[in-house]
Amino acid sequence: MSERRSQLFGVMGEFSTPESLLAATKKAREAGYKHVEAYTPFPVEGLSEAVGFKWTAVPLLTLMGGVGGGLTGFGLQYWVAAITYPINIGGRPLNSWPAFIPVTFELTVLGASIFAVFGMLALNKLPQPYHPVFNVERFAQASTDKFFLCIEARDPKFDLVETSKFLQSLHAQHVNEVKDEE
Amino acid sequence: MSGDDKLPGGHEPEPWIEPGHTYASVTDKISSVVLTRPLGIGWLLGFAFLFGIVMVLNLAIGWLITKGVGIWGINIPIGWGFAIVNFVWWIGIGHAGTLISAILYLLNQKWRTSINRFAEAMTLFAVACAGLFPLIHTGRPWMAYYMFPYPSTMGIWPQFRSPLIWDVFAVSTYGTVSLLFWFVGLLPDLATLRDRAKSRWQQVIFGVLSLGWRGSARHWHRYQSAYLLLAGLATPLVLSVHTVVSFDFAVGIVPGWHTTIFPPYFVAGAIYSGFAMVLTLAIPLRKAYGMEGFITLRHLEQMAKVMLATGLIVAYGYFIEFFMAFYSGNKFDVFLAKQRLHGPYAPFYYALILCNILTPQLLWFKKVRRNIPALFVMSLIINTGMWLERFVIVVISLTRDFMPSAWGRYSPTVWDYATFVGTLGLFTMLIFLFVRGLPAIAISEMRELVHEDSHGSEGHS
Repeated sequence: MSERRSQLFGVMGEFSTPESLLAATKKAREAGYKHVEAYTPFPVEGLSEAVGFKWTAVPLLTLMGGVGGGLTGFGLQYWVAAITYPINIGGRPLNSWPAFIPVTFELTVLGASIFAVFGMLALNKLPQPYHPVFNVERFAQASTDKFFLCIEARDPKFDLVETSKFLQSLHAQHVNEVKDEE
Repeated sequence: MSGDDKLPGGHEPEPWIEPGHTYASVTDKISSVVLTRPLGIGWLLGFAFLFGIVMVLNLAIGWLITKGVGIWGINIPIGWGFAIVNFVWWIGIGHAGTLISAILYLLNQKWRTSINRFAEAMTLFAVACAGLFPLIHTGRPWMAYYMFPYPSTMGIWPQFRSPLIWDVFAVSTYGTVSLLFWFVGLLPDLATLRDRAKSRWQQVIFGVLSLGWRGSARHWHRYQSAYLLLAGLATPLVLSVHTVVSFDFAVGIVPGWHTTIFPPYFVAGAIYSGFAMVLTLAIPLRKAYGMEGFITLRHLEQMAKVMLATGLIVAYGYFIEFFMAFYSGNKFDVFLAKQRLHGPYAPFYYALILCNILTPQLLWFKKVRRNIPALFVMSLIINTGMWLERFVIVVISLTRDFMPSAWGRYSPTVWDYATFVGTLGLFTMLIFLFVRGLPAIAISEMRELVHEDSHGSEGHS
């Protein structure tokens, strides 16, 4: 890249085991850093709590999708069979709700699943093709066998030299600056 | 199906992954099949052959659209024939993928990890083949949208009290949810492929597909939450789909169909045939790509045990069908039961019993469960048996219903066979493309497995 203005996004340290990353993340939080993010090639138990992330709206969204899907399913069938297109077959009730259960169930599952998946993607702000962490060359290993801890520049306690030293003191193998190109 | 408890003798059970693997070696091994391995002559020849069969399918469907469903062997009273037999067979095969992915995930069964990805792909392809049959069976597939509720200018709406409409919703929901589940599972692996791709076009394709996944702790947290919820949702879904398919039969009053055992026995049969198909695919696949370290003998044995268990449920279903026919004393049901044993299609029934009930009893023996060629042959036999089951159900009941004046005979034409063989070719061709285009084993889950193994199983499964 030629002379493009770039600003600092943060500092990133590399670890080779999930345990060392987890320990380092906890220490970073204990040291008072707030804007910390960890990157791993597979989910590591306890890591999201360690970066200070506790609650996700995914289950709530899923519930909403399910309730919405179910109501849509039953409402559609009731409206079709009892209101807009009633067919009298031997005087049987128009709102024959037991016969409406399969479609109601299927649409409940469909609504909940769609909300779960797209809710998860939206909350994760995906798709997001560009992110500053991708500028670090070694970060390609984050999807194979390396574990990364990034302390972001927007953190009030952040200082390029101090934070880099701090990461080194946690036995990070490589400490890189993360540049954000504008 | 115990997970990783100690064996009675006190020694550790065989591991689910070959010892000595690291995060990187697992990643390398699986991703290299997609990224670097050149296309071999075997793959190319196989693909060309399968492509030819798909052209036969095209021809069969083209001729069907030109001439109408009269080119098939169906008639009145046998309006269903091969189309519905094949539909039920394919959709049944499509059950193993989601079962492995969802139910075994909820049950914390580690052995699902190395087989779930391609079982899910298999599910998608099988559902695609299944969906084709009712579509073309309408004779006018371009009018298939009539089945969906939409405000039409004719002012008519679908009949929501009909199992055939339930089927439309069940199968389309199942297809959609299976696709979502599969894609969510693929997401971290697509990011792995993006990061490891060497050529520009691979980087672009996998870069777009991976949506910018970067594996942050917050991402993983939401991801796992969504995955667990999807598993919880897909579990009742997979049971509902074949239940609804069985309603297509059981809600009708035709003898041999109108029984309450149908939903559970259809679901068991679906899982039975699905696992058979997973074995049919897994055995050549692990050999061809050297995946024996991931899909171990213990995995194959575990699948054989599931087949044995579901096969016994199916056997119970066959028994109850007979028992209820005679116990009810209903003369039509009794007659139909006797027709299965002595009617014109009796050889199919005996072949079915041989394939589905008698042969699989060999799986009681550990020697057979651990004999790979035997398992492969067994899986083919079971799939044949499950196809025969659907043939027996559809054809015998329709040829022998209430009045002798309404009896008939059914024999498929060359176009029936061409369509069926065509979908077999389509299914296998899609598997060929999938194996080389996407990681056939879930890489991130395998890394998790390596992690858990290296820290000893903490006995939480």
